[in-house]
Amino acid sequence: MSNVPAELRYTRSHEWVRTLTDGTVEIGITDHAQHALGDLVFVEVPEAGRTVASGEACAVVESVKAASDVYAPFGGEVTAGNPKLADAPETVNSDPYGEGWLMRLKPAAGAIAAAGLLSAADYTKVQDAEGG
Amino acid sequence: MGRQTPLFALHRELGARIVDFGGWDMPVQYSSQIGEHHAVRRAAGVFDVSHMCVVDLRGPRVRPFLQQLLANDVGRLRIPGKALYSCMLNERAGVIDDLIVYFLTEEWFRAVVNAGTRDKDLAWIRQHAAAFGVGVTERADLAMLAVQGPEARAKAAQLLSSADGPTAQALPAFVGAELGGWFVARTGYTGEDGFEIMMPAADAVPAWRALNALGVASCGLGARDTLRLEAGMNLYGNDMDESTHPYESGLGWTVALEPRVRQFVGRTALEAILAAGSRDKLVGLVLEDRGVLRSHQKVSTAAGEGEITSGTFSPTLERSIAFARLPEASGAQVQVDIRGKLLNARVVKPPFVRFGKSLLT
Repeated sequence: MSNVPAELRYTRSHEWVRTLTDGTVEIGITDHAQHALGDLVFVEVPEAGRTVASGEACAVVESVKAASDVYAPFGGEVTAGNPKLADAPETVNSDPYGEGWLMRLKPAAGAIAAAGLLSAADYTKVQDAEGG
Repeated sequence: MGRQTPLFALHRELGARIVDFGGWDMPVQYSSQIGEHHAVRRAAGVFDVSHMCVVDLRGPRVRPFLQQLLANDVGRLRIPGKALYSCMLNERAGVIDDLIVYFLTEEWFRAVVNAGTRDKDLAWIRQHAAAFGVGVTERADLAMLAVQGPEARAKAAQLLSSADGPTAQALPAFVGAELGGWFVARTGYTGEDGFEIMMPAADAVPAWRALNALGVASCGLGARDTLRLEAGMNLYGNDMDESTHPYESGLGWTVALEPRVRQFVGRTALEAILAAGSRDKLVGLVLEDRGVLRSHQKVSTAAGEGEITSGTFSPTLERSIAFARLPEASGAQVQVDIRGKLLNARVVKPPFVRFGKSLLT
């Protein structure tokens, strides 16, 4: 069974969202997602300053086998892409909710509330429904 | 649910992730695809390749039959047990399949063909065998294990009797022998030394467990794919199929045009292709920028556009490698379109890795 920290919010496409003290948010992929992808060998994160729309593909995680898009859970402006992942993509496997974060966003006004993010309990149900 | 090999329940027990492969439920990885890859390069790993189709061909005229059926010449096989890699072509010189054929006796050859092409291969073989009175028997009663890596032969030999073990270890490259009811061949698809072992289905689970107990790692089809690509070996359906011929698939070396009197299927078309001159070629690519090469990505060259046929991240080289079909006059540097960005790649001659060592200069 994969790890689903209670303090985070989630999307049905297996991203997690953490609200930071300054009001920006940190986004990554879940333990379930990194496990399903397998050993990651390349991660492409967005550059600071880029504006992304809700649902836009804004990062790419590639395992040995395949490339997968990561979607913005809501619109906003990118404040940082995780610079460590270029040299150490495997960090997403080993610490998906910590050092393996993908990007930080300054959300557009009202965007988080409108995004329909899932609680840990509801995201766990999504995983169960997928057989994972 | 797809077809399952005699090892399916064991794969599940060992925690494998199961995927569909050519209609078969096969293990793609157990714990880590990269870990399994390194186990084969550095020590030993075992793969379930029982989904591949073993076909026995018997009859007094089996040699002339295969000399007509295959683009490589089984006339070269004189030592019993010796194997030959060949394409099986259609009349247009398109590749129906690639296969290994073993010479066992003057009346018995054994072919191993791909799982995904099993039905069309058997139909084609039977269609041509009739005129030679050759019997075609699929050996679905056999399981096949590939034990690969620098320690593979020494480990696998411990599964055999004290008399057969040294005999197996003394097999020359690309030669097999019947030992204790198993057919043990010094062949593989990884670029490492090792054996491929055909055995009665009931022997497969105990053999796998015994290999694990000797420290041989369970390896899935994911690692098999990265290993074969590093080793410069083609994958049917990716790197060649019925729409491509051997000369544009890196397989010209497997076509035996001599002796000129041998009339094999596809020969006339191949001679016309050679006479026509310029054609595409299959090359190796090494990505110089960050990213991962994947099949179907477009390649820009000085001589026109090409396409990647197989691409992956190479665990041994820690960079991305690929095969690509390019115009003949394309130079040493090309660019690959990855999600709209043009990244730099260098053209190299495969293999990329052999016996654990990088061959990149």
